[in-house]
Amino acid sequence: MKQKLEQILAAAQAELESCGDLKVMEELRIKFLGKKGELTSILKQMGGLSPEERPVIGGLANKVRAEIEQKISEKTEKLRADAAAKKMAAEALDVTLPGKAPEPGRLHPLTAVLEEVKEIFLGMGFDVVDGPEVETDHYCFEALNMPKHHPARDTQDTFYINDNVVLRTQTSSVQIRTMETRKPPIRIISPGRVYRSDTVDATHSPLFHQIEGLVIDKGVTLGDLYGTLELLMKKLYGDQAKIRLRPHHFPYTEPSAEVDLVCFNCGGKGCSMCKGDGYVELLGAGMVHPKVLEECGIDPDVYSGFAFGIGLERITMGRYNINDMRLLYENDMRFLGQF
Amino acid sequence: MDLSMRWLSDYVDIGEMSINEFCSGITMSGSKVETHKTEGSEISKVVVGKLLDVKPHENSDHLMVCRVDAGTGEPLQIVTGAPNIREENIGDLVPAALDGSTLPGGVKIKKGKLRGVVSEGMLCSLGELGLTTHDFPYAIADGIFILKQETDKPLVPGMDIKEALRFNDTTVEFEITSNRPDCMSVLGLARETAATFDLPLNIKEPSFKGAGGDINNDLKVEIVNKDLCSRYCAGVVKNVKIKESPLWLRERLRASGVRPINNFVDITNFVMLEYGHPMHAFDIRYIDGRSIKIRSAKEGEQITTLDGVERTLTDKMLVIADEKKPVAVAGVMGGEYSGIMDDTTDVVFEAACFDGASVRTTAKALGMRTDASSRFEKGLDPRMCMPALLRAFELVEELGCGEVVSNVIDCSNGVDTQKTAPFDPEWINNFLGTDIPEADMIRYLEKLEIKVKDGIAYAPPYRIDIERGCDIAEEVARLYGYNNIPKTIIRGVASGELTPEQKFTRTVLNTAAALGANEITTFSFISPKYFDKIRLPDDSPLRNTVVITNPLGEDTSVMRTTLLPSMCEVLARNYNSRNERVCLFEIGNEYLPGEGELPCEPARIMFGMYGDEYDFYSIKGIAERLLDVCGIPDVSYEPCKGVSETFGEAPAFHPGRCAEVFAGGKAVGILGELHPETAENYGIGTKVYAAKFNIPELFGLTRQKKYKPLPKFPATMRDLAVVCDDDIPVAHLEKAISEGVGKILESVKLFDIYKGKQIADGKKSAAFSIVMRSAEGTLTDEQADAAIKKALKKLSELGAELRM
Repeated sequence: MKQKLEQILAAAQAELESCGDLKVMEELRIKFLGKKGELTSILKQMGGLSPEERPVIGGLANKVRAEIEQKISEKTEKLRADAAAKKMAAEALDVTLPGKAPEPGRLHPLTAVLEEVKEIFLGMGFDVVDGPEVETDHYCFEALNMPKHHPARDTQDTFYINDNVVLRTQTSSVQIRTMETRKPPIRIISPGRVYRSDTVDATHSPLFHQIEGLVIDKGVTLGDLYGTLELLMKKLYGDQAKIRLRPHHFPYTEPSAEVDLVCFNCGGKGCSMCKGDGYVELLGAGMVHPKVLEECGIDPDVYSGFAFGIGLERITMGRYNINDMRLLYENDMRFLGQF
Repeated sequence: MDLSMRWLSDYVDIGEMSINEFCSGITMSGSKVETHKTEGSEISKVVVGKLLDVKPHENSDHLMVCRVDAGTGEPLQIVTGAPNIREENIGDLVPAALDGSTLPGGVKIKKGKLRGVVSEGMLCSLGELGLTTHDFPYAIADGIFILKQETDKPLVPGMDIKEALRFNDTTVEFEITSNRPDCMSVLGLARETAATFDLPLNIKEPSFKGAGGDINNDLKVEIVNKDLCSRYCAGVVKNVKIKESPLWLRERLRASGVRPINNFVDITNFVMLEYGHPMHAFDIRYIDGRSIKIRSAKEGEQITTLDGVERTLTDKMLVIADEKKPVAVAGVMGGEYSGIMDDTTDVVFEAACFDGASVRTTAKALGMRTDASSRFEKGLDPRMCMPALLRAFELVEELGCGEVVSNVIDCSNGVDTQKTAPFDPEWINNFLGTDIPEADMIRYLEKLEIKVKDGIAYAPPYRIDIERGCDIAEEVARLYGYNNIPKTIIRGVASGELTPEQKFTRTVLNTAAALGANEITTFSFISPKYFDKIRLPDDSPLRNTVVITNPLGEDTSVMRTTLLPSMCEVLARNYNSRNERVCLFEIGNEYLPGEGELPCEPARIMFGMYGDEYDFYSIKGIAERLLDVCGIPDVSYEPCKGVSETFGEAPAFHPGRCAEVFAGGKAVGILGELHPETAENYGIGTKVYAAKFNIPELFGLTRQKKYKPLPKFPATMRDLAVVCDDDIPVAHLEKAISEGVGKILESVKLFDIYKGKQIADGKKSAAFSIVMRSAEGTLTDEQADAAIKKALKKLSELGAELRM
């Protein structure tokens, strides 16, 4: 009997080893371990054994069963794993094929940069104020210390609707509207479209965007203007961004400055991008002229303030290395899709 | 302003400073340099040559063969075809371009053969050197430039031609701001140079000796219009000799971009450039009655100006007139008739001061902006008249070209123009955010000739811009150096926030992009013809526009009353660029004329798309989702058959494929397929879809979103197919179902529309999937059936019957 048990074990091991299919495996389990299986039929003959032999054979039979079960379980696991691996292999995809998802739209680069600028100023406590683009001569010029026939009007070629109404040439008009309706302290920016009768080329457009800034409070200094603008540029362009102020003249600020950004490309040495200058002209700024404050009913002996006007196109083109302003208004999908 | 560095060096010595150092330093103190250039920089290896021999060319009847001493040792052989080089020119000095030399315009001269004879260079004309007979009046235009000794330095063979002709000045071009007309002069920039680099300034008061006589025997002057003329100074020069100016004067004018004419004209230009104060010279013969009146022109009065153009004047313009006629437009241009001629014997010099705004308006109205008017219009000080006049007489005497009458006429309206501003060092430091010692401030100001006494700063006459404390602060700041001011952060706390409407607009913006539309930015002005392209009828209210009186062109001549044409333009451009599928939007203003002086500028969002995968329901889907995300409740879509009270753009759409969008009882948007003609007008050969929404109206309808509890009980579903007349909108069927089912209705969704077999002509079958749910418990079949029955009853009122 012992011999028979050993034969069953050997046969089971051999057959299980060569089995390559889970179905066959089940058949083998029934063949060896089932109710009518070979091991069961041997055990049924246990009654004919002597009491001495019984525990020995019984033990052996249990061991044989355990070993076959172990083998079945191992083999089943392996076959399952193989089958799974085979399935996975068959299901393998070319992961380099393009993905599918609804194509989201993009914001226009001017908007993308403007939203960023707004966030920066909101964080510095500025409100965002809107103003009309079709504007009276009063708000666009007169109240900004540029009476009719002021020579500085020459630098801003103006579109006229009639003698008294113009397309605003600058967002500074919003300064006046703001100071008329708000009392200091004032911190606002006012982004928007402005118009000058320039023909279209790579760096000019009859319509462009400015972001006006205005701060009015007690004790506001030219140093504050310098610090605020440098902070803005560092937030926009990174910590390496450096600006310089250069004396200039605007009728509505005194002192006035033009603000240049140290050229990224050459770091101020001069290259083709900055036309050899080392600097890129960025924006105009200054301390609000006392005449302008008086015009708006703010006492210049008590309050001071600064104002600036940033060209949105200029900072956007700088940000993305766009070399032709016309691209911004042509709106070709091959351009828009890049942002 | 073009500054001659040679001229500048008459007044301030910049020593060894490089031109780049000069330009960058003076830019940073406020006089911005645009560019600089050096005369003759394109010329190299051109020298003074002496003609040793001139012989006819053996193979030519017009070429001459010259032996030229060019200081190179052995004489050179140079062939020339110029008609003015003959044997009698032997011994003359001429410009000789050597082998390997360069001339203006990139011309290169090489040794070569001319008709078999070797030529080792080229003899040059004025033009070949980039000069004209204005620069060298003794030379001829069409021949070799035969040099004349004009300086103390003897011309010798081999001398560099630029040095010989002093054609090597450097010109610096400045962008001078309108508040500093004084810097439109050599002296003004000399002062800025001295102040910027802390250098001594050598300006001396001009003076003249005089040749006796009394001007009152020669001339009377009266200022009639004292408002527009604050001062008029005049002097007379007799027995003048009109000829060319000396080289030193001509070369200074040339480098300043002014053409030398003759000594008297040159003197007026020279003084204007040097002092910044325009001058004028008349021939006294042509001043009727020897009497000058500064008066307003008579309406329609005429004058032929120096440029030969006859001008008709108005009574707003100021003229210099004699007893009978105007002889000059004050501050703008003189009359041709009284100008300086070659036979002029007695000259009147004028240095006057006219009202800036008046000069500016006159110059604009006559369309003649001159060097004089561009200075006057910025506002000059009357105290600058006399120094200018004296300088002119000093030059007349220096040039020996006339006898100056010893006294001058000086008429003034007597207004004191001394400008002052408070000087308060503490205030200045507080204003700038600096800590500059008072002594330093005073030093800066004195360098600029601003005198400080008892807390008051007194501006020199040429500084018309000094009026307030902040003007003094600016002077201090720019000499201290703007970039030495410490950078600080604004003090105080403030919180910035977008307004609810700005936040709403931002949501609209971001949602539109999230829905797959790409943002565009277009011009706010369009052509009125674009209204035809989008099929607007002649009486469309959208044709009432804000019109630009001086547009760049018709295409940009009116402010848009709808964003649609701009969108169509961009779609067309993309279509032409073969971009297959395009979905765009723009948020922008429309400009709607109203009652007030200024138009309304409401914000709109406009979508536009084309591409194979899009149909009407694509644009509608975008609209539905946008309005949902933006929190607009109770939206409905009604067919719009080419007419809309709210949206003038309706005729641009396909009359059968256009919906007006309603919310809160008013029309807030329009959407659909564009009319095929609209697409065709833009050359787009495919279907185009568009949608427009009024942002302020949408914002007014937004509701705060509220959470609804998630359902606890299962839903019951029923499908329902009905047959009805084809022209009944599905929305009406849905409304009937919704009314019938009542509050247990969760959703009703159309899943099929069928026309054709088994359905009678003019009818359609519409199939809906209806989801019902109660918050109180699971619905029974009976409850659901009863609800559906009610829905069918409502449907049958519309003529829709259950499809069997």
